[in-house]
Amino acid sequence: MDSDVRPSLAVWTFASCDGCQLTLLDCEDELLPLTGRLRIAHFLEMSTAEDSQEPATLAGTGPYDLSLVEGSVTTAEDVQRIHHIRRISRRLVTIGACATAGGVQALRNFADVEAFRAAVYASPEYIATLDTSTPISTHVPVDFELRGCPIDRGQLLEVITAFLAGRRPNISGHSVCFECKRRGTTCITVAHGTPCLGPVTHAGCGALCPAYGRGCYGCFGPVAQPNLESMVSQLRHDGMSERDVLRVFRTFNAASPEYAPVPGLAAQGSTEPPAEEEPR
Amino acid sequence: MSHRGSRVLRLDALARVEGEAGLHLTVHDGTVAEARLRIYEPPRFFEAFLVGRGHGEPPDITSRICGICPVAYQMTACQAVERACGVTVGGPLAELRRLLYYGEWIESQSLHIHLLHAPDFFGHPSAVELARDQRGAVERGLRIKQAGNAIMEQLGGRAIHPINVRIGGFYRAPAPAELVPLAERLRRAHDDALETVRWVSGFDFPDAAYDGPLLAMRDPGRYAIDSGTPAVMAAGAGSNGATSVGALPVEEFEHHVVERQVPHSTALVSELDGHHYLTGSLARYAISGQWLHPSALEAAREAGLGDPATGAVCRNPFRSIIVRAVEVAHAVAEALRIIDAYEPPSRPYVEVPPRSATGCAATEAPRGLLYHRYAMDADGTLTLARIVPPTAQNQAAIEDDLRRQVQSRLDGPGEPADDEELTALCERAVRNHDPCISCSAHFLDLTVERG
Ligand code: SF4
Ligand code: SF4
Repeated sequence: MDSDVRPSLAVWTFASCDGCQLTLLDCEDELLPLTGRLRIAHFLEMSTAEDSQEPATLAGTGPYDLSLVEGSVTTAEDVQRIHHIRRISRRLVTIGACATAGGVQALRNFADVEAFRAAVYASPEYIATLDTSTPISTHVPVDFELRGCPIDRGQLLEVITAFLAGRRPNISGHSVCFECKRRGTTCITVAHGTPCLGPVTHAGCGALCPAYGRGCYGCFGPVAQPNLESMVSQLRHDGMSERDVLRVFRTFNAASPEYAPVPGLAAQGSTEPPAEEEPR
Repeated sequence: MSHRGSRVLRLDALARVEGEAGLHLTVHDGTVAEARLRIYEPPRFFEAFLVGRGHGEPPDITSRICGICPVAYQMTACQAVERACGVTVGGPLAELRRLLYYGEWIESQSLHIHLLHAPDFFGHPSAVELARDQRGAVERGLRIKQAGNAIMEQLGGRAIHPINVRIGGFYRAPAPAELVPLAERLRRAHDDALETVRWVSGFDFPDAAYDGPLLAMRDPGRYAIDSGTPAVMAAGAGSNGATSVGALPVEEFEHHVVERQVPHSTALVSELDGHHYLTGSLARYAISGQWLHPSALEAAREAGLGDPATGAVCRNPFRSIIVRAVEVAHAVAEALRIIDAYEPPSRPYVEVPPRSATGCAATEAPRGLLYHRYAMDADGTLTLARIVPPTAQNQAAIEDDLRRQVQSRLDGPGEPADDEELTALCERAVRNHDPCISCSAHFLDLTVERG
């Protein structure tokens, strides 16, 4: 039976917006051909049942040849579940800023989560959540991390193709600046003095924002060894206020350890008090 | 478990919906005692961490609430901030915004129709199996979806979390020539969309009716998406549509729509003046159907939805797939109209200087009405954020629908339903409403109910 020889793919989600797994469904041209080469064994957003006719659950039985994991770990149950998923996965690849850096929800790591809970929920005691949002690699070994909020479709296909071919994904670690050069975009910082995080941001998007006249805001997270000191002084030079510098680093990849040297960023519990509003 | 009497049915993970949810159903002596949609998405606390951010940030940050309707968040956030600042964005910028929103509509609605919902009507677990006997239809759906994504990619920079949106407009406005390739793709998508309406109208639809109140934006003369005033069609209304629609000014939204927390869900449950209600395709069609683009209106009539111009209303949640298909046809036709008439704006955005104020806005996300409210200081620092997403609003209505559908199956003739059949029925009932669980914004971890 040919369905038995196709490697199996599982897609898992933790705290996230589902955008990274949706990227797979956005591969319109490749989706059906891909299913000829891979057996989609577990993908809740797409299928009610696994091929094996297991009931739909949050954690299948596997084993799976390739697991794509989206989202960050924010609950005690998540911790259990990611260990289980690691056990039943031969290869485990994280997709997106949530899974590789804690995501935008890691802003809680800088704040008082009790106060957050009370700001959003009238009965915060029903809400079981950890005080932190952590990347998958904090909990289990990860075979490859794909960056981006959201990930890039082309890079996702490269990861899957590389897996099928048994090789390492060909995804380089240079900065957005390189992609601007390749794309032929004039540097917006040099030409217009627009503050841009390109020099310290991991490539992958194809240097989108500068092509649209916007400074990079770092959605692909840091390059391996960002020179943050000179980046921060350049941003100031280009007119960014202290507060805006802090905010731009403290967004979708806020918990990335590479950003720690940004003045004021690493300070825990130093953020503004949460909304004071009528409870609900 | 016996086939009659009391039983508890749990479904841990709902598939083919956006985000994470489960179901819990309790039946005592043949009567549905409880039907719960359990939303256990972990909380992400957006409203809390928006406080202290700059007034330009909500479009980028709130888009990350949902990867399937980021533009809905961006458009609503922009309007709410602009309203606080006393700025109105009109002319070609407003048309471009609408074009981007139509892109999302086309993408998201065709995703739901072809990949998430249609497999139910053929008894398939997914679109991959559906493609084995309906390959043409699935490929057509993917083509339409691609046309929607192409708009988002061209105008927004990318299909998920577009980068080209800012308060006041865009970072960069396209030159007319850049939109030409989109028009070619959309012309094909228009034929495809009409074909999809015909395809889904031939499905087998179980009898069902949601008879509670319906909530959608209303802007007389246009099928309201990013404009107008929230409006309510009363419970049970349908034959005299227009006369039973009452306005609910967006500034008064939170007086009428009240969210409360329930132990079984991380999403807050909304009530409209104390009742469950439905927002989304059925509500929009009921409230604005008469203003659909003529080609979509014609397709709706042919598909047997009745003539919305004479007040016909569709209240069968199973048929929402037809309404969605009609809405795709409308969005494609409207996107083409905008592209054909496009004159670039003189500047890609208008300045939105901050001031100490509060602003709110609502628009129609593909899944229903989405409401944002922000308060800011004089320097634009946000002091409050409030977001009411569509799925949280629909949660109580979905539970009501579940209860009713299961009860009518239990009371109906024929073999007693076994658990498997009831589970399938419940899953379908939920999927009819296209819940976007990740949208339900304020979320948590499951508190298990042991029945
Ligand atoms: S990384 Fe961004 S796009 Fe991906 S799931 Fe997280 S929030 Fe969504
Ligand atoms: S923010 Fe930076 S990394 Fe993200 S899309 Fe823009 S240029 Fe690319």
